[in-house]
Amino acid sequence: MLHLTLFLVFGAVCVAGAINLLVQRHPISSALSLIAVLASLAVEYLLLGAEFVAAVQVIVYAGAIMVLFVFVIMLLNAGEEERTQGSRVAIFVGIPGMLLGAVLLAWVLLQHSGTASAQVGALPGSPENIAWLLFHEFLLPFEVTSVLILIAILGAVVLCAKPETPSTRPGKEG
Amino acid sequence: MVPLSYYLILGGILFGCGVCGFLIKRNIITIFMSIELMLNGVNLTFVAFAAHWGRLSGQIFVFFVMVVAAAEAAVGLAIIIAVYRTRETLNIDRVNLLKL
Repeated sequence: MLHLTLFLVFGAVCVAGAINLLVQRHPISSALSLIAVLASLAVEYLLLGAEFVAAVQVIVYAGAIMVLFVFVIMLLNAGEEERTQGSRVAIFVGIPGMLLGAVLLAWVLLQHSGTASAQVGALPGSPENIAWLLFHEFLLPFEVTSVLILIAILGAVVLCAKPETPSTRPGKEG
Repeated sequence: MVPLSYYLILGGILFGCGVCGFLIKRNIITIFMSIELMLNGVNLTFVAFAAHWGRLSGQIFVFFVMVVAAAEAAVGLAIIIAVYRTRETLNIDRVNLLKL
């Protein structure tokens, strides 16, 4: 009962944050609501017994990645979003279609998993178990991801580097 | 005890919100955040299925998804900075040509 209550409370926070991300017009408000979504998702992971994933979610996602987002928003001085007019067909067909799809999906999922339930705490998700699996069975993918991270760092540095010959046009800098 | 389907529905809602944000937002940074929202919806289903089937592989896969998301965020935000330098706008309606 406690688990269900926690799930519902933090699931509501998740959905509210996701909808707030869509509604807000300023990017910094969207970023802050995304942080709320990520933090409450960490609680959902804890409810599923995934301690390591919950910790990494808070440290990497809500910490590092979102700091990067907020930093770029402030660096580029991003203002309010401009309002553009979409097509009317998208509003009159898209929204009912989306709602219909969501209701159908929820109905099918609720029909087909009657007694199936996630055993809370039944699965060892501690860093020790994860590390054993990661360094034995998944060693090669783990090493490949380190190469991927290295390439991403190099790519970011190359993309952000100033061009060798600065443009001579006045008023462009700053 | 929480049924598995509740987790799947929550993940589906998050993924749907991400798709909607990707389609309706006009700020390129917000579009990028919608992609992160989609990745998180998928991660939740991974962890839920890992708990349901009693296999830790799902949590390992979430770890890999997070690594890829971090790399994607670094490169993507660098691209956004490069685009802003040449176009001086963040509105994707004004970024409709690859070459200036």
